[in-house]
Amino acid sequence: MQLILEIAFTHIAGRGRQTLVAVIGVAVGVGFSIAMAALMEGGQDDFVEQLVNTMPHVEVTDEERSARSQPAEALFAVTEISGLRPREDRRGIINPTAALAWLEGWIPGRFAPSLNAQGVVRFSGREVGATIIGVDPQSERGVSPIVGEFVAGDFAALTAGGNNVVIGDTMAERLGAELGDTVTAVSSQGLTRNFRIVGLFHTGTTARDEGEAYALLKNAQILAERPNAVNKIRIKLDDPNKAPMVARRVEAELGYKAVAWQEANESILEALVVRNVIMYTVVAAIMLVAGFGIFNIISTITHEKARDIAIMKSLGFAESDMRHLFLLEGVVIGFGGSALGWVLGFGLVYALSLVRFELAATGQEMTQLPVAWSIWHYLIASGFALASAAVAGYLPARRAARQNPVDIIRGAT
Amino acid sequence: MSALIEAENLTRILHETVPVTLVKDVSLTVGESEFIAVTGPSGSGKSSLLYLLGLLDRPTSGTLKVGGRDAEPMGEGERARTRLSMLGFVFQFHFLLPEFSARENVEIPMRKLGRWSRSEMRARAAEILESLGLEGHIDKRPDQLSGGQRQRVAVARALANDPPLILADEPTGSLDTKSSEQVFKILEALVRERGKTVVAVTHDLGMAARMDRRIHLVDGMVEAGEDVAGAQAQKT
Repeated sequence: MQLILEIAFTHIAGRGRQTLVAVIGVAVGVGFSIAMAALMEGGQDDFVEQLVNTMPHVEVTDEERSARSQPAEALFAVTEISGLRPREDRRGIINPTAALAWLEGWIPGRFAPSLNAQGVVRFSGREVGATIIGVDPQSERGVSPIVGEFVAGDFAALTAGGNNVVIGDTMAERLGAELGDTVTAVSSQGLTRNFRIVGLFHTGTTARDEGEAYALLKNAQILAERPNAVNKIRIKLDDPNKAPMVARRVEAELGYKAVAWQEANESILEALVVRNVIMYTVVAAIMLVAGFGIFNIISTITHEKARDIAIMKSLGFAESDMRHLFLLEGVVIGFGGSALGWVLGFGLVYALSLVRFELAATGQEMTQLPVAWSIWHYLIASGFALASAAVAGYLPARRAARQNPVDIIRGAT
Repeated sequence: MSALIEAENLTRILHETVPVTLVKDVSLTVGESEFIAVTGPSGSGKSSLLYLLGLLDRPTSGTLKVGGRDAEPMGEGERARTRLSMLGFVFQFHFLLPEFSARENVEIPMRKLGRWSRSEMRARAAEILESLGLEGHIDKRPDQLSGGQRQRVAVARALANDPPLILADEPTGSLDTKSSEQVFKILEALVRERGKTVVAVTHDLGMAARMDRRIHLVDGMVEAGEDVAGAQAQKT
């Protein structure tokens, strides 16, 4: 085998320029595949991270997923009851303190109870529909994405107590209100209450900046006429990937609907899978092209070396030896290309990670290309490259091995 | 003395658009330490017969035994192994691998066989090359050697695995008189001094006359009377 390898190396080394072109072909394919994979996955990670950061990982609401089964259904097989709806309970999550205590007992993470109520915020004759979210400022800190996103005022101002509210900057703009102004909140129950704006946040998510107003839980409960009620518990996990598991268990034990972030964003995650499929299709296509380059050079070598093949066979080399020889030559080119491609890919990814640009929309946010570093990109790209190199080498190798030495020796004399 | 080659009614027909009979009903026995010339006009099937005997080609019909073993049921790999250990080929052109030095060319069949260690192979290759008068040219590549030198390297390569049988197809066909004589002497010495059997295709009748036994082919058939095989074989 070492002998075959040596002959293979001699053959490809003897064809310097051609070999170089084939190796570069593979290298460029591998390099660009790696860079593309890094960008795609970087973008994906960035996206998912934003998703994970801005959303609670598990959201427990006071709803139930499906209507309770009716006693009649249990008794009679033919019973069919239609139009059943899950029960709505004005009381919200029953005994939220106990529920929270239970959650804290086994889930590593942070929890925040809240009461979400629909209402309208009014200011100087203008009004904007809003979700008024009553929160406990202490626990909200660990869960909410708005805490660190203030453009004016501070989330901490809520803690002070009193009739204070923080709203999104877009909502403030639409109301014409500023920090320190007093706005009127009207709940769907018709109750009215005045709040002073103590903070403006900007998360970048329009729906949030335009439609959310955070107040103390107590105030929201009064406004919604639901004393002591909590209708949502948001959970941030230490490990976001455990969300579905946590959600399942919570739902099973508490009976309330618990939605993991993966479930809430299923369509987005599906789209990411499709994106990955597209990416690897493109990678495969690039490698196919590189494979043609290898096929070309191995074909040429087998043609040029027809005489050597014949003579080696006459010396006592078997067909399988010849097949191995040329297959090996393809694989050696594949290996060389892969190695060079790794360097190229690494360089490209590094260069891309240095690119910085300003987002035109806001003018102030400097952004850099999100790139992901993963050994898998390298392994997958070179896996594709080696596979195509093996196929590209095998086809001419098989043909070469089958040649009848007599035909060639005769032809040469 | 056992026969290296026993051929009976060997026939090789090439199935082209019109079937061409290359070799027809050739029966012959080759023993040890024989020096045999295969002669005949162009196209008489000399080379074809040699390729059949050398397991490079398969006969259309007839039986062939090499080293006492029937060649018919041998698979491709087994035929290759037999060529490797039992047979050495010398062609009209040297057919050396151009990228490798003389020594490496001689080492290649040895390395394929794997009977000797690396250092033994090196020593052996040098020894064979030197015995053929190539000292000083051992590490040269084929394109740095003259025609006669290359052909001697080819002979050295045929001898690499110490096979009992050397098959030569016009071994001096592309050489000048002086080199021809040199190569012929080497082949002769192989028979006389080392007990090898050499079967050489040649159309040089002068050369054939100096060999022990002549097989004359016409139109793929052995011409009667020319083969003095019987006498020779029985004598030895």
